Amino acid sequence: MIDVLYFAWVRERIGLPRERVETGAETVADLVAELTAREERYAAAFQDLSALRVAIDQELTDFSAPLAGAREVAFFPPMTGG
Amino acid sequence: MRVQEAAFDPGAELNRFSAAQQNAGAVVSFSGIVRDRPEGGLLHMEIEHYPGMTQSAIAGMVETAVARWSLADALVIHRHGALKRGEVIMMVATAARHRADAFAAAEFLMDYLKSRAPFWKKEVGADGAAWVAARDEDEAALGRW
Repeated sequence: MIDVLYFAWVRERIGLPRERVETGAETVADLVAELTAREERYAAAFQDLSALRVAIDQELTDFSAPLAGAREVAFFPPMTGG
Repeated sequence: MRVQEAAFDPGAELNRFSAAQQNAGAVVSFSGIVRDRPEGGLLHMEIEHYPGMTQSAIAGMVETAVARWSLADALVIHRHGALKRGEVIMMVATAARHRADAFAAAEFLMDYLKSRAPFWKKEVGADGAAWVAARDEDEAALGRW
C-alpha cells in the first residue's frame, strides 16, 4: 500500500487530495499507467506528463523512478511559489 | 524558516532579523505581494502547499545558500491559504559580511522558492478561478546557479 497525494489542478481533476493505493507498480510511470486505466478522471489528470511533477517521500524525482520502499508519492503541476 | 497561514509584518521581521546579527555588514530583504491580474478583478489568491515537503524543501535551499555565500543568517517566511490583493505572501532576508553575497543569496533563494518549493497559486476573480501557470523564464533562471 502506498499513499498517493494530489495537489492543485491534479487534485481538482481527480477529485480528492489523497488516497491509499494497493499497487504492484515498479516505477512511478507504472503507477500512472495503473491509475490511468482505472477511470477517466485519472486519464484526464495524467494526459500530459510533461506538465506534471512527481515527488517520492517528499523529494522531487522523475517518472522513471522506482517505487520500492516508497511510502508516499505526490503528483502536482510545476510549482509557483515565491 | 516559517510556513504559515497567518499574516506577518515584514518590517518588524526585518528589524528583528537585522538586530540579531553580530557579524554581518549587509542585510538584503525581498517581500512578495499579491498583485492584481493583468485584466484586473482579482478577489483573492489561494496558495496551496504540500505540508512537510514545503518545510524540507525550503530548509534545503537555505542550507545551500548559507554554505555557498557564507551567510551569517537567512530568513524565509512563506504564507499559504487565501490572501487578498496587496497582502504580503512571503519574504526572504539574508545577512552576510558584504552586500554582494547577501544579494546573490537572496536572488538564489527567490529563484528556488519560485520553482522548487511546493506551492501553487490560484487567482480567484468574480468571473472564475484559474491556477497560475509556471513560467519558462522562472525555470530557466535556475540555470544561472
